[in-house]
Amino acid sequence: MCTMIAKQVAIDGSGKGKDGWFDVRQLNVSYDHPYNMPLEHSLNIDFVNEAKGPGARVAVELTPEAARKLVQTIHEILAQAEAGGYLEDKVRREA
Amino acid sequence: MRNIGGGSMYQTNMYEGMLAETVTHRGANGEVINAYFARPLGAGPFPGIVVIHHAPGWDEWYRECTRKFAHHGYAAISPDLYFREGHGTPEDVGAKVRAAGGVPDDQVVGDVEGAMRYLRSLPFVNSKVGVFGTCSGGRNAFFVACRVKGFDAAVECWGGRVVMSKEDLTPKQPVAPIDYTKDLSCPLIGVFGNEDKSPSPEQVNRHEEELKKHRKNYEFHRYDGAGHGFFYYDRPAYRQEQAVDGWKKVLAFLEKHLKA
Repeated sequence: MCTMIAKQVAIDGSGKGKDGWFDVRQLNVSYDHPYNMPLEHSLNIDFVNEAKGPGARVAVELTPEAARKLVQTIHEILAQAEAGGYLEDKVRREA
Repeated sequence: MRNIGGGSMYQTNMYEGMLAETVTHRGANGEVINAYFARPLGAGPFPGIVVIHHAPGWDEWYRECTRKFAHHGYAAISPDLYFREGHGTPEDVGAKVRAAGGVPDDQVVGDVEGAMRYLRSLPFVNSKVGVFGTCSGGRNAFFVACRVKGFDAAVECWGGRVVMSKEDLTPKQPVAPIDYTKDLSCPLIGVFGNEDKSPSPEQVNRHEEELKKHRKNYEFHRYDGAGHGFFYYDRPAYRQEQAVDGWKKVLAFLEKHLKA
């Protein structure tokens, strides 16, 4: 890509893609060309499972302002959940 | 050879036909990859052109672009540079490559060289082969024309990261293409928007200085009111007037160097 500003981290989660729900194992974040947003660059987030192929992807493309709101909102929600004693860090997956 | 496009207009009483299909050829390390191939019908001989897709992927615009070159009288081939990354929609595969920091430069060089050799093996391709690309494909068109002998013309449209700082270098892109300028082995046309950020006008200046320093055969066309990707009719970056003129410049350049 043209900016090459990208990072991949391993995560645990679940995402709903074109074929239904799948286990999310990686989070890809980039600031580069979007596919759909009418911008030259956007903050792109892909929730993926590389073992399941390129199609196992839940994608969003955000303006920088929207991305900052997302981060702030997640922090606020997690803080509220933590204060209430609700946080669960481990995912219990079926064998 | 018939002459449509470029400086001459298609005549309404001409026969016209085209074959466009997926083919395979050997790429880097001898591995077989897919390519989209479009050519005019007939015995030719036609000049060839390798069409290097942009960073977002091996997508519909690049299929149309490949057919556009065939319409203008070229045997045009666009290798899938992301072939090894698995298969799916061009967006899904492109997003995977985006997250991985692109594909290695050496692999791109091998795949594009393989496409060129495929063209040269065909009985209906004449002795001239060019290379074209936009965005990272523009970068790669310049880069490959420096690294590989066998191209007769190169078209670089807004190639980002031709000029790279040391901090920009990665294991996949260990050398800035501009550092290979002395090895450029064919005429080059560059098409740029003056509102682009990658490459910025300053980076295009440096690119041009290096070409001058090594006395290379080149022409640069730099458009006001245009940024990155101004040929892409499906993106807001499209600039009709500049894109029409840019295409005319590109086709005239190729006609001069590949059809003469």
